[in-house]
Amino acid sequence: MNNPTWQEGVYAALKAARVTQIGYVPDAGHAHLITAAHADPDMKAVVLTTEEEGIALSAGAWLGGERCAILMQSSGVGNCINMLSLPLNCRMPFLTLVTMRGEWGEFNPWQVPMGAATQPVLTAAGVHVRRADRPEDAAEMVGASAALAFDSQIPVAVLFSQRLIGAKVFVK
Amino acid sequence: MTRQNDGTLDRRVVVAELMRDPGDLLVVTGLGAATYDVGATGDRPLNFYLWGAMGGTGMIGLGLALAQPDKHVLVITGDGEQLMGMGALATIAASGAKNISIAVLDNGRFGETGSQFSHTGLGADLAAVAAACGWQTVTTARDMDEVKALAPRLRQESMFAVLRISAEEKPRHLPPRDGAYLTDRFRRALGVAEV
Ligand SMILES: Cc1ncc(C[n+]2csc(CCOP(=O)(O)OP(=O)(O)O)c2C)c(N)n1
Repeated sequence: MNNPTWQEGVYAALKAARVTQIGYVPDAGHAHLITAAHADPDMKAVVLTTEEEGIALSAGAWLGGERCAILMQSSGVGNCINMLSLPLNCRMPFLTLVTMRGEWGEFNPWQVPMGAATQPVLTAAGVHVRRADRPEDAAEMVGASAALAFDSQIPVAVLFSQRLIGAKVFVK
Repeated sequence: MTRQNDGTLDRRVVVAELMRDPGDLLVVTGLGAATYDVGATGDRPLNFYLWGAMGGTGMIGLGLALAQPDKHVLVITGDGEQLMGMGALATIAASGAKNISIAVLDNGRFGETGSQFSHTGLGADLAAVAAACGWQTVTTARDMDEVKALAPRLRQESMFAVLRISAEEKPRHLPPRDGAYLTDRFRRALGVAEV
């Protein structure tokens, strides 16, 4: 969040992949992308009440000929599982960018169980998982993952490691 | 258990009215009886039938509506399916999309799973929920005159309609259930398939 440079690269990669819908449940690590999406007249930014709505939104976008990406934090992955049967059954793309919590200097113990489960749960549900640990890799990772999702029509998640985002600092 | 919402409408007659001369109406149906009812009116490529993804029907409608602003999307689903996706009523209203309507076939029951009472059968009012979520046009139909009056509006306005159907179960009519096939033919019919 402190330095938006790699996030700017990620937004540019989504644009280059012709993404025109972005659904999100906010996470501080996605704040830059959310602001950029709302500021972009060519992007439809949709705030969701729960992450699983994003999977259905993405399916509808694809039916209508558009490409959608969903932003969530790792806890939100746990809200998605059954809905992931939708892109798999329909051989549709699904692209989500997941900010990781509970794995690097985490202060909040409530983030730890789902943080640890994020990758195995996504894999078990049939989602291809990629992981970005370094700022210089993030944009390229998103571009390649978007190509994988939209060209091969499969569900893909890109995990942004908590080390990359920077652990949230809790001050009283 | 008291039953609050005793509907009398025949679900197949109601859905036949909603689907009359559909033209290029984009239709998404919720799992279970809504899918069977719409299938029974005649299969067409611009019908997208769900057989799962419970709670997701309205949001599929929203993604589609945003992608196809010059066409109208009609979501036809059951009360149980809509209850699982109740947050989507807030999301769709907040999105500002104007080319999407939702018609809930409300029998107050989870028909598909043995006709247990649902929350609408126990007093919840989905029309009131939708209004509170910001839907500007919300209506409840209890007889066929009301259904006939709202059917054309569902294709023109952004409307949330509750249709009080009877809990009578109909013979299952099974439209295609291969999601990849349904997706591919829908995109081809819209002219958005990439190959
Ligand atoms: C996530 C999930 N939970 C439960 C079910 C089982 N299920 C299938 S249909 C259904 C009820 C549908 O009720 P409603 O939408 O009111 O339709 P009706 O059959 O009454 O017309 C349920 C609970 C399911 N398919 N998916």
